[in-house]
Amino acid sequence: MSVLEKVRPAASRQPAVAREPRVTDEHGRRVRVGELALRYLLLLAVLALTVGPFLWQLSTSLKGPTEDIFSSPPKFLPGDPTLHNYERVADTIPVWDYALNSLKVATANVVTNCVGSALAGYALARLRYRGRRVATLAFILAMLVPVEGIIIAQFTTMRELGLNNTLIGVVLPGCIGAMNVLLMRNAFLNLPFEIEEAAYVDGANVWQRFLRIALPSVKGTIAVVAIFAFMGAWDDFLWPLIVLSDPSKFTLTIGLNYLHGTFANDERLVAAGTIIAVAPLIALFACLQRYFFRGVGEGAVKG
Amino acid sequence: MASSAVARALRVRRQLPTSPWLFAAPGLLITGAFILYPFVSTLANAFTDRRTLIPGRFVGLANFHELLNDDMFWIGLRNSTLYVVGVVPALVVLPLLLALLVQKNIPGITFFRSAFYTPVVASIVVVGLIWVWLLDERGLVNSLLETIGVGRVGFLSDQWLLLLSAMTVTVWKGLGYYMIIYLAALANVPRELHEAAAVDGAGAIRRFLTVTVPAVRSTMVLVGALSSVAAFKVFSEVYLMAGPSGGPAGEDTTLVMLVQRTGTGLTGRVGYASAISVVVFVVTVALMLLVLRADRRDES
Repeated sequence: MSVLEKVRPAASRQPAVAREPRVTDEHGRRVRVGELALRYLLLLAVLALTVGPFLWQLSTSLKGPTEDIFSSPPKFLPGDPTLHNYERVADTIPVWDYALNSLKVATANVVTNCVGSALAGYALARLRYRGRRVATLAFILAMLVPVEGIIIAQFTTMRELGLNNTLIGVVLPGCIGAMNVLLMRNAFLNLPFEIEEAAYVDGANVWQRFLRIALPSVKGTIAVVAIFAFMGAWDDFLWPLIVLSDPSKFTLTIGLNYLHGTFANDERLVAAGTIIAVAPLIALFACLQRYFFRGVGEGAVKG
Repeated sequence: MASSAVARALRVRRQLPTSPWLFAAPGLLITGAFILYPFVSTLANAFTDRRTLIPGRFVGLANFHELLNDDMFWIGLRNSTLYVVGVVPALVVLPLLLALLVQKNIPGITFFRSAFYTPVVASIVVVGLIWVWLLDERGLVNSLLETIGVGRVGFLSDQWLLLLSAMTVTVWKGLGYYMIIYLAALANVPRELHEAAAVDGAGAIRRFLTVTVPAVRSTMVLVGALSSVAAFKVFSEVYLMAGPSGGPAGEDTTLVMLVQRTGTGLTGRVGYASAISVVVFVVTVALMLLVLRADRRDES
């Protein structure tokens, strides 16, 4: 300790610095003021790079038809903000129907993934039966298959089932994700077995043990599965692009692609459309950040 | 007493073989029907001349022979490979630096972490279109470039600049995701190592290279594996920025774009598209093995 203090000029000994508000790192160590200023400077620079583009899009969407959006140097704030472009999006494409389709697809994806992967995960983790290892292996293999490589076969399968160009066809292939099943399996495996054993001795059957004991203990993982299922379905592009051909069935992402393809020169219109598509997710993220971050950790380790 | 226990054991045993399968059935059914079966059928279709509306015949390796002479296939392979080469180093290094930047719990840091994650949350379509407008001939980036006197750049009209722009977007969207992965890894780096290095007089850059990098090496390998597989399968970014036909003369087409273009629609060549998909599988697996092997060699 004393060696460290000799090497680093300890800030605490200088009275001028000591009067500044005390800022410490995660270990309770002081952070030097110069370093702190540099950090905030860098943080602001990265902030401008990551969030700036969204704000520029928002700004563009709020600029009226008479305002120059191409000016150089650029004008960052709309001079006379208007919602006119949002009305125009609704006049150009049935954007609210598309939003509703996206909502349907995302909601269905959440329900099926939560229920299906909780059930299957419980079976893999807790129930003793022959073939369990084969079943686990099937999910692991499925997780490793690159979806982009099988979309054509998925499409022909959907055609054979008569489900191409339907929202059910959009939901079906991802409705019980293999990775979610394995996530749930791990969550159940991490629960102490003794509690369920006690319930078993008390005569609780498998459904009771699943619903009353196991399921309430893995709420956090279910929340992660739910959020990523919602985000995945809401954001998905390639699969709906392939399976949907009828413009009345489009989801928001496909509708946006269509809007961009047809009205590429109307930047204000496209900007308003993208804001409509992204706003709900940013709101969701703002409310439930914890689970978004947790999902990254769990998904990456298993993926 | 004993007989009731036997009866219960029997009842339990009778219940066991059915209910586990009942629990696993929905998951297995969906996974089997929409992931594993399509995977097997892709492998099988690759050796047929199947089309969307016409059941195919077995044609042996004809599709693969055709691939060898298909310029578009080589363009796709080149672009997807370039994508890996361009995107992966950036996605291994930049999020690590970003994680170091947001690691310290200084006031407001949770806001910055969340803000940096926003591009991950947004749909790739939204992200793609935002950047199409930013990099437009008359967009923000060019306005700024003109203001500082550089002049306007045709980011979205030149074949190579287009590919580079798409890569930038991929990196931009992936930064926050990998940053969170690195943050978890950095939390496990013992602080004593940094202190010892500081005592030895190592500067920030030396400490980064000799302490941080070795400590998070396995995470770097993981990020390398994840990002290289994702990069090789790139579709949306290029599709949105270069257009469905893949930029000038299709020169920006990627392999997955080619799969999508060849295999869909009423005249889709399912067999030929499946052959391209098989190439995607093989390269994906090869990339994984390559990264893992590089990891093992580093270790020894």
